[in-house]
Amino acid sequence: MQEQVIFAGFGGQGVLLIGQLVTYAGMIEGAHVSWMPSYGPEMRGGTANCHVVVSSKEVSSPLVTEPTSLIALNKPSLDKFAPWVERGGLIIYNSSLVESPPERTDVRVLAVPANKVANELGDLRTANMVALGAYLATTRVVGCDTVLDAMKRVLPERRHNLIPLNRQALARGIEIASVWHSRDPGEVSGAQ
Amino acid sequence: MGEKVLMKGNEAIAEAAILAGCRHFFGYPITPQNEIPEYMSRRMPEVGGVFLQAESEVAGSNMVYGAACAGARVMTTSSSPGISLMQEAVSYMAGAELPCVLVNIVRGGPGLGGIQGSQADYFQATKGGGHGDYKLIVLAPASVQELMDLTITAFDLADMYRNPVMIMGDAILGQMMEPVIPGRREKADLPPKTWATVGAKMRPKNVITSLSLDPAKLEQHNFNLGKKYRRIADEQVRYKTYMADDAETLLVAYGTCARIAQAAIDMARERGLRVGLFRPISLWPFPYDALQQTAEESLRVLTVEMSLGQMVEDVRLAILGTKPVHFHGRTGGMTPTPREVLDEIERIVEEGI
Amino acid sequence: MKKVFGRPEALTDVPTHYCPGCTHGIIHRLIAEVIDELGVREKTIGISPVGCAVLAYDYFNCDFVEASHGRAPAVATGIKRTLPDSVVFSYQGDGDLASIGAAEIVHAATRGEKITVIFVNNAIYGMTGGQMAPTTLPGQRTTTSPRGRDVESAGYPIRVAELLSSLSGVAYISRVSATSPANVTKAKRAVRKAFETQIQGKGFSLVEFLSTCPINWGMSPLEAMKWIDEKMSVYYPLGDFTRVPEVG
Ligand SMILES: Cc1ncc(C[n+]2csc(CCOP(=O)(O)OP(=O)(O)O)c2C)c(N)n1
Ligand code: SF4
Repeated sequence: MQEQVIFAGFGGQGVLLIGQLVTYAGMIEGAHVSWMPSYGPEMRGGTANCHVVVSSKEVSSPLVTEPTSLIALNKPSLDKFAPWVERGGLIIYNSSLVESPPERTDVRVLAVPANKVANELGDLRTANMVALGAYLATTRVVGCDTVLDAMKRVLPERRHNLIPLNRQALARGIEIASVWHSRDPGEVSGAQ
Repeated sequence: MGEKVLMKGNEAIAEAAILAGCRHFFGYPITPQNEIPEYMSRRMPEVGGVFLQAESEVAGSNMVYGAACAGARVMTTSSSPGISLMQEAVSYMAGAELPCVLVNIVRGGPGLGGIQGSQADYFQATKGGGHGDYKLIVLAPASVQELMDLTITAFDLADMYRNPVMIMGDAILGQMMEPVIPGRREKADLPPKTWATVGAKMRPKNVITSLSLDPAKLEQHNFNLGKKYRRIADEQVRYKTYMADDAETLLVAYGTCARIAQAAIDMARERGLRVGLFRPISLWPFPYDALQQTAEESLRVLTVEMSLGQMVEDVRLAILGTKPVHFHGRTGGMTPTPREVLDEIERIVEEGI
Repeated sequence: MKKVFGRPEALTDVPTHYCPGCTHGIIHRLIAEVIDELGVREKTIGISPVGCAVLAYDYFNCDFVEASHGRAPAVATGIKRTLPDSVVFSYQGDGDLASIGAAEIVHAATRGEKITVIFVNNAIYGMTGGQMAPTTLPGQRTTTSPRGRDVESAGYPIRVAELLSSLSGVAYISRVSATSPANVTKAKRAVRKAFETQIQGKGFSLVEFLSTCPINWGMSPLEAMKWIDEKMSVYYPLGDFTRVPEVG
């Protein structure tokens, strides 16, 4: 198993965090892992991304140039990274912020209305967790419980009160992905 | 052995220094290594150590000079432009034979350059950088675990040889997170610091200086340094290989580039190409003999670097014209991709060069 | 010709990269307006620092040079001594000017270099992500003073305007802020006076701006303005700093 993922979005959407959670969870489950963030000067806005590798063998390159999966929470990230995804790979994108699906027919594409669901949960900041839930359910790269365990270690103590809400958001993401999986793959490519 | 923790490379360096007994840190902010001084500003007070943000790298490196004179295990960290500013102190410390650990989390240059990872400071680190006949011990980790372990080693080597030791990382290694088992210091047999300037109590006074106006004396001092450097070159060569035994094409790369090269080698092997890796860990002393022997059976060598080609000069010195030495480099903060390296491997294999 | 609302000729039509609520942008604009009003754009050379304003050369529509960290006054000196009729200004943050570049600024000032320095004091290192600056207030939390600046170990903040005003080469020094329309008006007057001082060949001139860094202070833009008025301007009083007369 060698999962190479790029999590990408606007700075502030929490893509570095969900990447870290997958990395941490992978480590807990005994896999070889690495996490590599984008970074820039302080003044920005702009986009953020991280490269995550979860593998059954030692990680060679921590830089992901041919991802097996892409989780894109905004349009610039989808535009930039969709062409990188390897054939047969997976693209999950935030359909609340991206109108049209990526123009690729050789990969699996799952649209997740992450912002909409997060708003329904009462906190837009959980959009990243909705996408993460969908990703975990689709790839099963690490267990959802392990991710929750990782959350306790990654989040500082004072933010542990957010865990129950994040758990709900993850569950909603998982639900969206399972509905998708129960359909015929041909029919749902790019489903909204 | 402790439990595995997920750590950023920069934080692993900082924690390693603490584990190695370093209680004095002087530094100045610069991207992409700010996590080190930030970590130290939290951690040093917890262990009763000193964290001081210097007004510049010039000052910070001279604070290191001072603390080293006073017998401390001391470290400073920076990135390329800051390391350039430290060269005066580095030369003085090498001249005065002071132990200390310097970390360069290299970024793209020259000048202000950029803040993405690079290996373009190889010449500066291994061939001088400052003035005079001197050598730094230069170690190049390729993983977060190695950043931790080699930083701990660096403190012992510094004390063992009374010489500055540099950890040469890059922005990718500094920023990435990997699982680490916090290292432990093996108690090395280190000489007591009888030379330190701690007050001339019950002994003749100690003087630490790099001044020597009598050229004959200065020459003798340089000869002594040279003897020490030869001893280090005999004792401290470090390298690793990967699938090198049957390699027709031998890649040579260090740090992040070695990781990328390894990915390219896996791809090449899947295509049936016999490719392997020689990874120098000590950039100085450079593993000339080991590389020459490893490459003995290979048809060709390909050096991969994040620079215009710096280490490749040492690779050529090791190979001494016995076979072609090719070079593939990206620079300015760009990183070669495994695919790109594979293409280069295929090209030179096909052309039989 | 005075354009109030339009873009000054000395500014380019490029959106800046500064964070919302950052006063670097306002300060750029005031300088550009003064350059326009004095009609000196074509003989002005700016020096940008290493700091958030490193890209100032993209925003000013005049010749520009990027200096290494803290060395802008030395680079400015080199330019001015080569082109005595030019108008030379450096634009520097507090880390750039008062930390790594402390020697260069003191010596440019004491030599009475006929340059203008715009000193942007935001009490923090903006570009590198919020580390302690030489002007960080006592007790202020930054990423390298996580328990608040402890003057016992990190020393006291430097009052640059006061410090430099003791030097005989200094012809004009003022400290201003841009927290209200009235303060902006005063600030612009100070910038103009500083440039005029240079053009009249009187000596070294410097305007210190108390400036915001909402992102690294962890404040909203509004709170940041308030913090300048309520905290910074207490430690760093606004106003002109009279030059100490030449002795002998
Ligand atoms: C020699 C050197 N040391 C350190 C740095 C990293 N660095 C870039 S900007 C900066 C300080 C920025 O702070 P300030 O001057 O206060 O300006 P601001 O960003 O707050 O406007 C530092 C330390 C560098 N580029 N070069
Ligand atoms: S980091 Fe601070 S100084 Fe820099 S642009 Fe943002 S608000 Fe302004």
